[in-house]
Amino acid sequence: MSWGVNWKASVGLLGVGIKYLAVTLLVPLVVALAYGKDIWVFLVSMAIVAGLGFAVERVDPDPDLGPREALLFVSLAWIAAAVIGTIPYLIAGYGTASTIGLQTGSVGAFTESIANALFESMSGFTTTGATVLGEISTDRHSHAVLMWRQLTQWLGGMGIIVLMIAILPEVAVNGAQLMESEAPGPELQKLTPKIAETARALWLIYFGFTVVYIAILYGLHLAGMAPKMNLFNAIAHGFTTLPTGGFSPKADSVAAFSAVVQWVVIPFMLVAGVNFALFWHVLRGEVETMVKNAEFRAYAGAVAVVTAVLAVLLFRGAAPPIELGGATQGVAENSLRQAAFQIASLLNSTGYATADFAQWNADAQILLMFAMFIGGSAGSTGGGVKIVRWLIVGKAIRRELFTSAHPDVVRPVRLSGNVVDEDAIRGIMAFTILYLVLFGVSAVFLSLDASRIGVQLTMLESTSASLATIGNIGPGFGRLGPFGSYLFFPDTSKLLMIFLMWVGRLEIVPVLAVFISAVDGR
Amino acid sequence: MYVVVIGAGEVGTSMAASLASDHEVVVVDVDPDRAEQLKYELDVLTIAGDGTSSEIQSAADVDRADMVIACTDDDQTNLVACGAAKTLGDGFTIARVKSTEFLRTWQGSEGAFGVDFMVCTDLLTAENIVRVIGLPAAIDVDPFAGGLVQMAEFEIGEGSPVAGQTVSEADRFESLTFVGLFRDGEMTIPRGDTDIVVGDRAVVVGSPESVQSFATDIAPEATPDDADEIVVVGGSEIGYQTARLLEERDFTPRLIERDADRARWLAENLPDTVVMEHDPTDTEFLSREHVDEADIVVTALGSDEKNLLISVLAKRLGVDRVIAVVDSPDYVTVFEEIGIDIAINPRTVTAAEITRFTYESVAENIAVLENDQAEVLELELTEGCGLTGRPISDIVAESDARFVIGAITRNHQLVTPRGDTVLQAGDHVILLVESDSVGQIASMA
Repeated sequence: MSWGVNWKASVGLLGVGIKYLAVTLLVPLVVALAYGKDIWVFLVSMAIVAGLGFAVERVDPDPDLGPREALLFVSLAWIAAAVIGTIPYLIAGYGTASTIGLQTGSVGAFTESIANALFESMSGFTTTGATVLGEISTDRHSHAVLMWRQLTQWLGGMGIIVLMIAILPEVAVNGAQLMESEAPGPELQKLTPKIAETARALWLIYFGFTVVYIAILYGLHLAGMAPKMNLFNAIAHGFTTLPTGGFSPKADSVAAFSAVVQWVVIPFMLVAGVNFALFWHVLRGEVETMVKNAEFRAYAGAVAVVTAVLAVLLFRGAAPPIELGGATQGVAENSLRQAAFQIASLLNSTGYATADFAQWNADAQILLMFAMFIGGSAGSTGGGVKIVRWLIVGKAIRRELFTSAHPDVVRPVRLSGNVVDEDAIRGIMAFTILYLVLFGVSAVFLSLDASRIGVQLTMLESTSASLATIGNIGPGFGRLGPFGSYLFFPDTSKLLMIFLMWVGRLEIVPVLAVFISAVDGR
Repeated sequence: MYVVVIGAGEVGTSMAASLASDHEVVVVDVDPDRAEQLKYELDVLTIAGDGTSSEIQSAADVDRADMVIACTDDDQTNLVACGAAKTLGDGFTIARVKSTEFLRTWQGSEGAFGVDFMVCTDLLTAENIVRVIGLPAAIDVDPFAGGLVQMAEFEIGEGSPVAGQTVSEADRFESLTFVGLFRDGEMTIPRGDTDIVVGDRAVVVGSPESVQSFATDIAPEATPDDADEIVVVGGSEIGYQTARLLEERDFTPRLIERDADRARWLAENLPDTVVMEHDPTDTEFLSREHVDEADIVVTALGSDEKNLLISVLAKRLGVDRVIAVVDSPDYVTVFEEIGIDIAINPRTVTAAEITRFTYESVAENIAVLENDQAEVLELELTEGCGLTGRPISDIVAESDARFVIGAITRNHQLVTPRGDTVLQAGDHVILLVESDSVGQIASMA
């Protein structure tokens, strides 16, 4: 079956990517050597991945991608990354009580362990941050395995394809098409004539922010202001803040660290939700481009307003008095810090927490859920619908209302003074509706599927599970709160959520386009 | 002067006609019949052929021409003709263009395309329309220094807020100068303490924006403000430029265009204009959108017949002022006779602009006021002339000529003249001079 796509080309190029993914396993290998644990796990994993890469590459040694092959390649690349990500988990956890390690006791245990590992890996690469890890601690898992979990998010943040374009010449040839399919947001912004240079610039900015961030965190530790933020923790959080990931090697996330650390994390989470192309302009001295950008303004405004409202709610007692993050009622600093942290974390889909917001009252929870719908900016590492889409949807709706009263008026939709193409508006409308439909239908499925195995979800749990996975956010409410786990879901639900994370990261269109062209056979 | 005119359309013909009496004129046109016909109509030499080819240009002796005027209907032809003429000789080249893009390129680097002076027909017409719209109270308005400076003459009417004030009280605008005051037909040079009384005619020189604001001051009733409804009918280049210039002056016009693609283009390029896509001759549509309540309607459709129809329709619906673009010069009087307030002909406007350049005078631009009592002149100062190197107050003290400097432009920037301003070579000076002193001033420049 041809599917109207030259799948061999896509798969062949995939082999190249897999081959290079093996190199990234060096990072956890170094950690394994440093701590003297799980060294063989990563050596074997590297061998398997490299072998797999060389084998798959032989399907088509000289791949030539058209638009449809590019879509297929991007879709497959993310599945392949997720599958490869499971290898260290499965090997390291074999024969232990790890929930993501390979279990061979029974067929049920085997499939469940596979589903769990895939869930954790997909959640990592798509920077979702939802976890099925039963117990997050260095007692249960080695430092190296936890670091690999963090690293998957860092690799997925700016995009594994963007990284490939930046460093692999054979991918750069069709780079623009590939990047278009992967980049968050409605359109690709080319910063330089050569796409590989654009990809490199974006990765360099991303890398630069990460390095500065790790240095600040570790600096605080050395200065004695963050006793628990040792080098391992600093790097681990450095890997998951800028990609808006949310994984933490600590069971109680950033709540485990001092208030100073929390204040430092907030601005970096906010930075992660900004279009990275804007930083490129700022570095070139064009600060105006950023300040005048409509999406940036809307993002800053949304963060400020929602944070202010939440801070007031917390100050007036929206959180239970005895809580992990400390009391907030009547405590201005803590109210503001908790509000700013949770909003910076959830609005752009990071998923860290400094308080168990699943315990907050309904007002505060619905506000957080509202923030989850907003999403980061186009071209950022954040998930969700993206601010620019909401802006355009809002403007298009306002135009509809105006033109229904004045049917003859021609009114283009403008953003930052530029006219938005009508085709782009149609695409954005379709995306937004598709996103909402997938979110709604999945929430229903998750609820029914859970009660099939005798687990009754609350409405907030089922909707937040759906929203947190398609929006690549991570934590939800109820049992899925920031310190909870997705472990209790049946395998079928986990598969659906793996799918949601996948389509959410690739923004639905590439994935569905591959399906549609397969079904049409053209 | 030896002048070569390329293109014998309406602009070219009227240029040739006005120049033929005093100058040697050669007209080149691609159409042999047209060339043949013109030979008998005007006292000029005609050559049939492609005005851009060097062969034809050599035949027209372009190499010894003092001036080459390219005014065919096609922008590119005119630019190429000027460029070709520059390779043959060093005559002053004038090109007529429609596209404002070419004008912008040329303004960015003068001499581009081998063009020494560029006249943009549609922009010129639109500027005219906007002047008429913006300054209905003015008796006379003239642009200077390529539109950077405006001269306007107003009559101080009964009930004008300015009446009874002194000149320094009335002139509260940074870039505006009172240059002359006519009372009972007698001109006086205004000083700060001169009183303004009802019936006076004031002549001011300044930036177009300040002149507009001043008009609002002295005639608030007649001068439109941003609350006034202006409807432009027809999204032709003139219609587009008119709307664009109105936007620049803080108006929010409405524009009606029939063609969907053009309407879309207009809407994208005119952020502050409400663009409507509909047939403007549909009266039901006009009344539904309350066009009848508009204060000003400008018709800028492609054909005179349609403009006439819309103008009459607008007048019948009760629009206060209707301004029509009329393509054929013969119809201008017809339009005005049937009650259209103002009819503007783009070709006349263009020909007038080009004609200004053919004056053999130090003054680039002249407006004559009140039965020749005074003139407003634009002078380009040359190195070592009698006006440079000294503060203006010294020039005024030493000279017995009666004049007022209204505005200065330096490198395309407006400079407001003060007593201590020192004039430089290359400055364009716009000044009002009493007729008796014109010769004296001209000899100093």
